[in-house]
Amino acid sequence: MAGAAITRAPVPRRPAPRRKSGPLQWVRLRFFNGAHNVVLTLLIAWALVLIVPDLLAWAVLDAVWTGPGSACRTAGGACWAIVAEKYRLILFGTYPFDEHWRATAAMVIILALAIVSAFERFWSYGLFAAWVVALVAVLTLMFGGVFGLAPVGTHQWGGLPLTLLIFFGTVVGGLPAAVFLALGRRSELPVVKALCVGVIEIVRGVPLITVLFMASLMLPLFMPEGVTIDKLLRAELGMIVFFAAYAAEIVRGGLQAIPYGQAEAANAIGLTYWQRTRRVILPQALRIVIPPLMNDIIRAFKNTTFVSIVGLFDVLGATSAAIQDPEWVLYAPEAYLFIFALYFVFCFSMSKYSESVERKLSTGRNF
Amino acid sequence: MSVPAERPGRRPPPPRPPVRLRDVWHSASFRAIALQVLVIVVVIGTAAFMIDNAMVALATRGISTGFGFLTREAGFPIGEGLIPFSSEDTYLRAYAVAILNTLKVSALAVVLATLIGTLVGIARLSGNWIMARLAAAYVELFRNTPQLLQIVFWYTLLTLLPHPRQAWNPVGDVFLSKRGLVLPWPEAHPAWWWMFAALAGALLLAVWLGRRAARRRRMGATARTTGPWLAALVAGAPVAAWWIAGAPTATGVPAMGGFNIRGGATLSPEFIALLLGLSLYIAAFIAEIVRAGIQSVSRGQIEAARAIGLSRVHLYRRVVLPQALRVMVPPAAAQYVSTIKNSSLGVAIGYPELFNVSNTIITLSGNTIEAIVIMMAVYLTISFAIAALMNWYNHVMRIRER
Amino acid sequence: MTRELESSPPMIELRDVNKWFDDFHVLRDINLTVRRGERVVVCGPSGSGKSTMIRCINRLEVHQEGAIIVDGTELTDDLRRIESVRREIGMVFQSFNLFPHMTVTENLVLGPTLVQGMSLREAEEQAMALLARVRIPEQARKFPGQLSGGQQQRVAIARALMMKPKVMLFDEPTSALDPEMISEVLDTMVELAADGMTMIVVTHEMGFARQVADLMVFMDDGEIIETAAPDAFFANPESERTKLFLSQILSH
Repeated sequence: MAGAAITRAPVPRRPAPRRKSGPLQWVRLRFFNGAHNVVLTLLIAWALVLIVPDLLAWAVLDAVWTGPGSACRTAGGACWAIVAEKYRLILFGTYPFDEHWRATAAMVIILALAIVSAFERFWSYGLFAAWVVALVAVLTLMFGGVFGLAPVGTHQWGGLPLTLLIFFGTVVGGLPAAVFLALGRRSELPVVKALCVGVIEIVRGVPLITVLFMASLMLPLFMPEGVTIDKLLRAELGMIVFFAAYAAEIVRGGLQAIPYGQAEAANAIGLTYWQRTRRVILPQALRIVIPPLMNDIIRAFKNTTFVSIVGLFDVLGATSAAIQDPEWVLYAPEAYLFIFALYFVFCFSMSKYSESVERKLSTGRNF
Repeated sequence: MSVPAERPGRRPPPPRPPVRLRDVWHSASFRAIALQVLVIVVVIGTAAFMIDNAMVALATRGISTGFGFLTREAGFPIGEGLIPFSSEDTYLRAYAVAILNTLKVSALAVVLATLIGTLVGIARLSGNWIMARLAAAYVELFRNTPQLLQIVFWYTLLTLLPHPRQAWNPVGDVFLSKRGLVLPWPEAHPAWWWMFAALAGALLLAVWLGRRAARRRRMGATARTTGPWLAALVAGAPVAAWWIAGAPTATGVPAMGGFNIRGGATLSPEFIALLLGLSLYIAAFIAEIVRAGIQSVSRGQIEAARAIGLSRVHLYRRVVLPQALRVMVPPAAAQYVSTIKNSSLGVAIGYPELFNVSNTIITLSGNTIEAIVIMMAVYLTISFAIAALMNWYNHVMRIRER
Repeated sequence: MTRELESSPPMIELRDVNKWFDDFHVLRDINLTVRRGERVVVCGPSGSGKSTMIRCINRLEVHQEGAIIVDGTELTDDLRRIESVRREIGMVFQSFNLFPHMTVTENLVLGPTLVQGMSLREAEEQAMALLARVRIPEQARKFPGQLSGGQQQRVAIARALMMKPKVMLFDEPTSALDPEMISEVLDTMVELAADGMTMIVVTHEMGFARQVADLMVFMDDGEIIETAAPDAFFANPESERTKLFLSQILSH
């Protein structure tokens, strides 16, 4: 049989048999694949049928959207009117009504710069400088007292502008601090290293509320008589220290990931420690740690609510104060649901952004 | 062409040479030392300045320093606690109550969060589309909203419940009202301590025996499985202790009496709100950790196990779970520590945990610094204890390589 | 083949150099003299201390005993001396160590602009000239990750040359390369040698050594076992250990 070649007509391509694809298949695979799945799907469907119509009725159909508190009492649904009534308080705190435009402008500046920062091509030390400038501008807008703007003390700041200010202040102030702590922890000088390790481990071992508490209530005790530090500034310092301690560990991880050869090559060329750190090590390290840092950043946003405990009126604090009104106090849950949605929108967007950054960096261009 | 005539042998390193003053300035080590001395001076100087200010401030207010205040009478009541406390008891006892409260709510939150989180994490991986989507929705919802807001929200809902006189009675002798949840609960009896001790002892014994048996099985010395026996031991020991201690069955049953509900055990709304806020939030993170852990076991492992013919149960118990657990435990432990620390949020709703009580003590006694030191010391001890436990676990569980 | 070398004072001198890593005696009584324009190839089994020795020369490692003198300056803890020595020495690493977040040109101009205060324009011109010399001028705007291993190593050589060193140290420059790229790097090094650069090369490439070296140095277990001109070294090694090593490496 040697030399016999097997010739066959090529097999043509055919579409898949009916039973293996199509919309019916899609449903079957996902919902009814196997006995336990059939049971599960039916159970869930039954539960949903029980809950959803009532939920919908309460939240939408029977809900009261505007009107006084009495209108809510007569209706049986959700009282969204509390939001319509109190939204200014919730969103702006006790900031003077006429000056709300300034607070809004401040928020617009911050959010615009945040969106710009989301794009990788703008990442540089220059962007950081832009943030510092923007925060100064925002502070000027909120404070007033110059350029003909009426002065508004920090004790009157509240609501969303305050939350955003605290959040971005924490990140913009905390990141450089984190970098210095991380570099210090990796230093070969034992005193510097011990100091940084001490700060990092102690701050990470205690709750945020104690750090805030110490900053807000204890700091005045340690200042000479007559020296007072603004309450908002104290809280902000506490938030920055807390954020920096956690972020420092993440940055340190990034620094450790840079191959030692990079520092050696820089040394061989003759760069000093700071030249080498600034030009060679940090750009690489920071790029690596952006995904885990984003987690910490999102957590910093959620942590802004803690300042309500030390007497500042961020969104949560303002809402809690706003619902004390006896006419509306029964409908507090609706107000809280409103700010739930607010926080969710911010955090969810940041979380999705973080995922997209992670994806982009892992299929990265060069390293 | 040259070959060194004398082959040098190995020597120990020489002693360090003396420092010559002349070249000291440009020496790398001198600069290092000078910088560190500067740092020390700055830090100590600032600390001394600040402490001095504090001393002056405290002195002008006539507040004594030192930890002697702990033996003074507290002068304030504490809403709830595992041990009895009245306003005539000392500050020290107040601390004890507060720490127990913290541990109580944290421990329960950790257990609840682990249970819920594990279920949700597994559901996330389910083939059933609705299940997976619902679980994902849970995770996204609870992770992307602040924990404090969740705690305040639950508390607000609970305070809107009816007065005890019109309490809800969903089942049997369970009542839910704005004063809390009242359940039938066995009356306090020494037997419970014996049962607890028996359980703890049985668990330790079971772990030790189980590992010994696993080692012997690996060596081929025996083929006996000990699983069922150990389970019986852990389940049976507390029952035996109960029996020996007199088999108490007295149960407090809540009943409506006058203006309030009497009997049984009460879970205060503060406790429930804090528990819900802590556990549901952390559960979302645990769910992600569980999901990531299970997914971290590479497909190759699973395919190899299937190729050998392992059943689904064995596949998960012997191949997937051990490896997944190694990946899951460290971040989970971090979440547990975070839970304990965030129990301090109880201050926002009035639950008497460590931070809250510490605040009250500061206000009443004026010994701010000492109280803060005590509070931080407790939190740090807990954090470091769990970190040490985690290191020990990682060391024991490490995959041994060449 | 021996060349006539300048009879000026030696470029690099190692006198009784000893180094310890903690308690481990890793360099034992190293004595070596390298004259201006000389090409030295150091070979030996792994762990013999060859890399450690040349890394001591530009103070990437610190020796505890003995003297290292580079172009008349003795290397001590004195920062001025370390800086001045590093200015004279260029180093090429086994793993290239290019800075991945900068383009090739940026990698090259970093040293001259920051350390020597050169203007950016001048540095870029010099960079292009050097890239042409290592035959990859078209890669100037690319990132290291986009280049092949051989190209990356040539960029690394150019980067070292940007500092106008008097001596070039090569630490196993081709060991991390795929075989087909080794020759392009070796060719570059041969051209460099032909231009008169003083070189110390740690390598296993014996063909290159035979072609270029003025002096072969064999190290084993922390000591210099044998030094000889290449012809004598390959044809007639004196020590048993040298013979063993050569038999292992040349039978490849």
